[in-house]
Amino acid sequence: MSYLPKPKLHHPKLPTNAIGLTRRDYEGAISTLCAGCGHDSISAAIIQACFNLSLPPHRVAKLSGIGCSSKTPTYFLGAAHGFNSVHGRMPSVLTGAYLANRDLIYLGVSGDGDSASIGFGQFAHSIRRGVNMTYIVENNGVYGLTKGQFSATSDKGSVAKKGNVNTDQPIDLAAIAVQLGATFVARSFSGDKEQLVPLIEAALLHEGSAFIDVLSPCVAFNNHPGSTKSYDYVREHNDALNRLDVMLPRQEITASYAPGALTEVVQHDGTILRLRKLHDGHDPTDRASAMHYLMERKAAGEIVTGLIYVEPEAKPLHQNLGTVAAALNSLGDADLCPGVDALERINASLR
Amino acid sequence: MPQPITATNDFVVKFANVNGSGSASANGLFAKSILRMGVPIASRNIFPSNIQGLPTWFEVRVSEAGHMGRRGGVDMMVAMNPQTWDRDVAEIEPGGYLFYDSTRPMPKSKFRDDITVIGCPLTEITNNAYSDPRQRQLFKNIVYLGALSALLDMDVEAVRASIAAQFKGKEKLVPANFAALEMGRSWAHENLACPIGLRLRKADAVGDRIFTDGNSAAALGAVYGGATVCAWYPITPSTSLAEAFEKYCGRLRKDPETGAKRYAIVQAEDELASIGMVVGAAWNGARAFTATSGPGVSLMQEFLGLAYFAEIPTVLFDVQRAGPSTGMPTRTQQSDLLSAAYASHGDTKHVMLLPEDPAECFAFGADAFDLADRLQTPIFVMLDLDIGMNDWLCAPFKWDPARKMDRGKVLDAAGLDAAKTFGRYLDVDGDGIPYRTWPGTHPEKGSFFTRGTSRDRYARYTEDGAPYVDNMQRLLKKFHTARSIVPHPIVTLAKEKARDGVIFYGSTSAAMREALTALEAQGIHLDAMRIRAFPFHDDVAAFIAAHERVFVVEQNRDAQLRTLLINEEEIDPAKLVPVLHYDGTPITARFILSAIADRASAANVLPFRKATP
Repeated sequence: MSYLPKPKLHHPKLPTNAIGLTRRDYEGAISTLCAGCGHDSISAAIIQACFNLSLPPHRVAKLSGIGCSSKTPTYFLGAAHGFNSVHGRMPSVLTGAYLANRDLIYLGVSGDGDSASIGFGQFAHSIRRGVNMTYIVENNGVYGLTKGQFSATSDKGSVAKKGNVNTDQPIDLAAIAVQLGATFVARSFSGDKEQLVPLIEAALLHEGSAFIDVLSPCVAFNNHPGSTKSYDYVREHNDALNRLDVMLPRQEITASYAPGALTEVVQHDGTILRLRKLHDGHDPTDRASAMHYLMERKAAGEIVTGLIYVEPEAKPLHQNLGTVAAALNSLGDADLCPGVDALERINASLR
Repeated sequence: MPQPITATNDFVVKFANVNGSGSASANGLFAKSILRMGVPIASRNIFPSNIQGLPTWFEVRVSEAGHMGRRGGVDMMVAMNPQTWDRDVAEIEPGGYLFYDSTRPMPKSKFRDDITVIGCPLTEITNNAYSDPRQRQLFKNIVYLGALSALLDMDVEAVRASIAAQFKGKEKLVPANFAALEMGRSWAHENLACPIGLRLRKADAVGDRIFTDGNSAAALGAVYGGATVCAWYPITPSTSLAEAFEKYCGRLRKDPETGAKRYAIVQAEDELASIGMVVGAAWNGARAFTATSGPGVSLMQEFLGLAYFAEIPTVLFDVQRAGPSTGMPTRTQQSDLLSAAYASHGDTKHVMLLPEDPAECFAFGADAFDLADRLQTPIFVMLDLDIGMNDWLCAPFKWDPARKMDRGKVLDAAGLDAAKTFGRYLDVDGDGIPYRTWPGTHPEKGSFFTRGTSRDRYARYTEDGAPYVDNMQRLLKKFHTARSIVPHPIVTLAKEKARDGVIFYGSTSAAMREALTALEAQGIHLDAMRIRAFPFHDDVAAFIAAHERVFVVEQNRDAQLRTLLINEEEIDPAKLVPVLHYDGTPITARFILSAIADRASAANVLPFRKATP
């Protein structure tokens, strides 16, 4: 059962991060997903990214919708508040939470059913508003909890476990996020932790709508020949754009690379995203070229992974709204109640 | 021809206009000028779902006695819309008055013999005075206001003062409006028999009351109640509530030094997202609300179930309109009671507040946030179009300077350190209300997982029957706790001992009070109870038990409050007599009077005896 606590004992020499926590401090309850589920690898990557960044776990708010992917926030950051909300509606709940307190780190976890079907509208609107969040879709192209129906990200021609063929066009959430104005868009693969962990780190540090589409094979219903979301298929067709290193502002840069192979993007908070280019012809700070590249590689039958687009000087929703610097949930009576005199003036104006 | 109606400070004038013609401003000036004379009025807009071109009406009931409900019937029609001429003329009471633009001759068949017809060549007057077509249209409204002021013997200084107040900040427009007013006034004095039988006389019956609409008042209540997050989706008749919140916040809630906002308003993509944002913000410790109407409540059902079950303090203003479906979007009803009270699938019950006028919209608008925090559950504030979108003369807004927000049972870091144990759904105090924590409070303690799935007292997921039942029973206990802390019902006893009673709520109150006076004059005595909240206070069942029969007056087809009374208080349905008005217009005292008088007198009939030969 998922609520069984894990033993808190751990090896005394387990490495600690800048705030003195071990990797174990970022874990949650034991997963109840199937053995080998891609989602568990993503949970592990989230744990690793938060540990690497030395985030205080309780300052993260983790939100999800409904589905296999949406169960996973129970399995990481046990010291953080979590909210398993309504199917497809995580983005609105997260938006509200962010409005209430701009000081926490918001991590939204969703699936392809949750975000590309029932919650497509909320996915779109939360991104176009510039909610400061990391939005991860654990994309397996299938409805797992209801046993194997196609989802809206299933590729046309993909074969279901029962043998039926999907005839509908797939929704590419990453391409749509680019089009909607997301200021950070990446795609990765649950089986490639080396690529995924730094992408999550960069997304968590990004001040704006950061979206990561993570292909995450479903071992129970979508990992067979003929599926385009199986481990084998994704490995064979993975076209990695770049490899990312995330440099915190005060970090000393030690690694050295061949000139011309590097792109550095400095984010608003001073973090440096250092990209080792694996492909020519893709500039991750050019939205139009990112769109073009995605379309072109899709036509060639490849799955583009890596950092697809980043806008270093993003302007998140609170900034657009012009709200005060303090969290709205910290304001007290003196800040909020205009008082009796103001009310008397209003009464007078209504006579 | 019947005798022309004569009445002073007690009559109804109705304006028939074309939407978008600029008449609203002149009609508003007419209403405010009467108030300025110290004479109470009740005014109502009757408007279509349209921006320009369709008919719209404005009804002003002048009532020195202070009756604020709609009276029914029209003593004077200001017929400015050819499209609706026939029905407008037909609506005038025998002996009443018709005021119209006589520039173009009308066939005699278009008039009635039993009314006084007053023609004024408004188009001709404005065409001669102005060359710009827009000015001709706008000033025509002021010209008829001038003519009416002469016909009804209005205090011209009150009218001029109202114009000056209306154009405050745009003073250069005042002389032109004064001139148009005088044009109409002098034409009437020179060409018509002024004044007519309907007259206004200065009085001192307005007192310190204010004149405002319920949506603005509720929005101001939300400002005073400490709401910081508003997420909404435009829908008539609630839109002006969210817009008023933005307007008041702009004036009252900005950091005086930086101009930064101490509030966040998001116009969401739909009602699902609106309520989702409210739930997210409230979960995270902000006071948050949405404003909507019946169709929006339908869309929010799933989230309302989550908010009930996960115990999130949520405030929802439902400005009711006529349903079902799109229904009559610009007409009033009290027909969302059941869909609000039991919103969402599974066993749910929700708290509703039922304000009677803008003063209570303000009070309940603020109280709703304290109640939501105290009870950790959705609170519906049930306005309707009649209260929400019409200006009402009501008591001034009141605020206790010592009042502080009651955030309910929230544990901060120190509280968590001091607490022996923390279980999100643990009933520590025996009132069914658990303690909650906000995200980010404590590095080690107080975190929990919020979910719509079943869980135990420590918020741990479970599908076992016993903890599920335990939780559902606690929610019932909490709902019982709510009975005593929501606004109590108000009882008005009849002057003589009464066998029967009447229950009413919301915007019915004004018409009901007037009807009670009229019933009393007919010798029908009723004790009256105004219900102000659901769940019902214990006094409600006691009131019903103390009477043989209780009329339940509401503005819906299916007697929804009566249904709640039967369902929640186990009242014998035979005891509760429904009095239902639901054609989309506000209920009138005349309607209630005849509905109750018919039934009450039927009960007073002497036993039938064979006629003796």
